[in-house]
Amino acid sequence: MSENNQDKLQEYQKMVEKASPNSHIVLDCIKAFVIGGIICCIGQFITNVLANYGFTQDESSIYTSVILIGIASVLTGLGLYSKIGKFAGAGSVVPITGFSNSVTAPAIEFKKEGFVLGVGAKIFTIAGPVILYGSVTSMLVGIIYYFVK
Amino acid sequence: MAEKKGNQSVEFKEKIAIKAVSSTVGKKEGEGPLKDKFDKIINDATAGEDSWEKAESKFVSENMKLVMKKAGINENDVDYIVAGDLLNQNNGSTFGVREFNRPFFGIYGACSTYGEGLGIGSILIEAGMGENILVGASSHFCAAEKQFRFPLELGSQRPLTSTWTVTGHGAAVLTKGGNYPYIKGITTGKIVDFGIKDANNMGAAMAPAAADVILNNFNDFGIGANYYDMIVTGDLGYVGKELVLKLVKDGGFDISENYTDCGIEIFDRDKQDTHSGGSGCACSAVTFNSLFYPKLKNGEMKRILFIPTGALMNSTSTQQGETIPGVAHGVMVEN
Repeated sequence: MSENNQDKLQEYQKMVEKASPNSHIVLDCIKAFVIGGIICCIGQFITNVLANYGFTQDESSIYTSVILIGIASVLTGLGLYSKIGKFAGAGSVVPITGFSNSVTAPAIEFKKEGFVLGVGAKIFTIAGPVILYGSVTSMLVGIIYYFVK
Repeated sequence: MAEKKGNQSVEFKEKIAIKAVSSTVGKKEGEGPLKDKFDKIINDATAGEDSWEKAESKFVSENMKLVMKKAGINENDVDYIVAGDLLNQNNGSTFGVREFNRPFFGIYGACSTYGEGLGIGSILIEAGMGENILVGASSHFCAAEKQFRFPLELGSQRPLTSTWTVTGHGAAVLTKGGNYPYIKGITTGKIVDFGIKDANNMGAAMAPAAADVILNNFNDFGIGANYYDMIVTGDLGYVGKELVLKLVKDGGFDISENYTDCGIEIFDRDKQDTHSGGSGCACSAVTFNSLFYPKLKNGEMKRILFIPTGALMNSTSTQQGETIPGVAHGVMVEN
C-alpha cells in the first residue's frame, strides 16, 4: 500500500475516533462497584448463615458458590441476568454468578440444535477459555509451589 | 439498452417501476417512530415457529405474499425472485421462498442486499427477462446476534457505537412501465476498506463505501447534491452519518441539508436504547418501503438516492484479525 494511502487510512482512523462516542467510564465503574459489591455481600450472607447452621468454613464456601451459581443460572433462564449485566457490566461478569451466566446463556441459545451438537458442543463457547487457561495456570502454580515450598 | 454512465453507473432506458412495496417488522420496530407506517407487525420473536431462523423465513414468505397481493399478482406471475439475508448461506431467504416454486437468484451484500436486489431486478427487466421481479431482504435481531455475536441471555454491555439489527423483511415488485415511482439508474458500489476492525462500529466501516457511491453517482451523472430531495443511506447510524457528511464534503459536495440514514429513522435511540441506530438487511428495506416510497408516490419527494450499505465480515474473518470491508449500492428512485 502506498504511503499516501496509509496517510489516508490513519486520517480516517482519527476521524472515526472523534465521531465515536466513548462509554461513560466513571459511571460504569460506580455501577460495577455497587452491583458487584451487592453480589459479594449476598455471598457473604449465605456463608454466614451456613456457618450458623454448623457447617465448617470450607463447606460453607463451597455451598455458597453452588447456591450463587444456581441463583444466577435461574435468573439467566428467566431473562433477568442479561438485564443486570447490561446495567452492571463487569460488576456482574467478574463474580462467580457471571461465570454461571456465561455457561447457561449458550445452553439456552443452542438448545434448538439438539443436546449433543447444540448444548453439548456449544455450552462452553464463552466459559471454555476461562476453564482451559484457569486449569493451566493452576497447574503451573501447583508445580512452582511443589518446588518452592 | 441501458447506458453506462461514467465510472460505475448505469441509466436505464426502460421505465423500471416499483409497482408495490411492503414491510413486515418485529415488536421493537413496531414500537419505534415508524410504527404506523409498516404493513404488518409480528410481535412474537419466533413468529409462531420454534426457532429464530425459521421465524426469519416466515417473515420472508409472509411479506412476499403481502407485496404480491398489493401488486395484484400471484406467485405464478413472478418471473424471478431476487433476495438475500444475513444468515449463513442465505437460508432465511431460500427457506422462505421455496414454497413459491419460482426461479430464484440468491444474493449476498450483507446489509446492502436490498439495494443490490433492486439493481439486479432492474437489470433483469431492462434485459427483457421478465415482467414482474420480486425483490426482498430480511434480517432478524436474535438470529443475527446468535450467528455474529453472543448468546442473547449473556449479561454484557453493548458499546455506544454498536447498532441494533432490525427484525423484519422488506419487499418490492418491479415491473415495466406504469404510473409508479421508478428506478432511473444505479451506481454499483466497490468494496471499500479503510482498515476498520471494530465489529461494534460498523457505521465507521461502511461510511467510506457509502461516500464513494455518493461521489461517483454525482460525477457519473454530472449532478450535484441539490439534484436529490433526499439522499438516504442504509444502516450507518449516527456515527456513520457524521463520517459520510465529512467524507462527501472532502470530495467537494455538501449534503448536510438533504441526507439521512435509515438506521437513524427506524428507532428512537433515547427511548429504545439502540445506541448508534438500526442495522441489518431489513433496516434499509423496511425504512425505504414505509417512509420514503410513500413520499415518492404522493409527490412529496421527486428524487431519492437510496444507498443500502453492507459490512462484509463474518465471525471467522473477525477472529482472524481481518479488517471490515464495506460495500454500498446506490439506487436512483424518481417519480
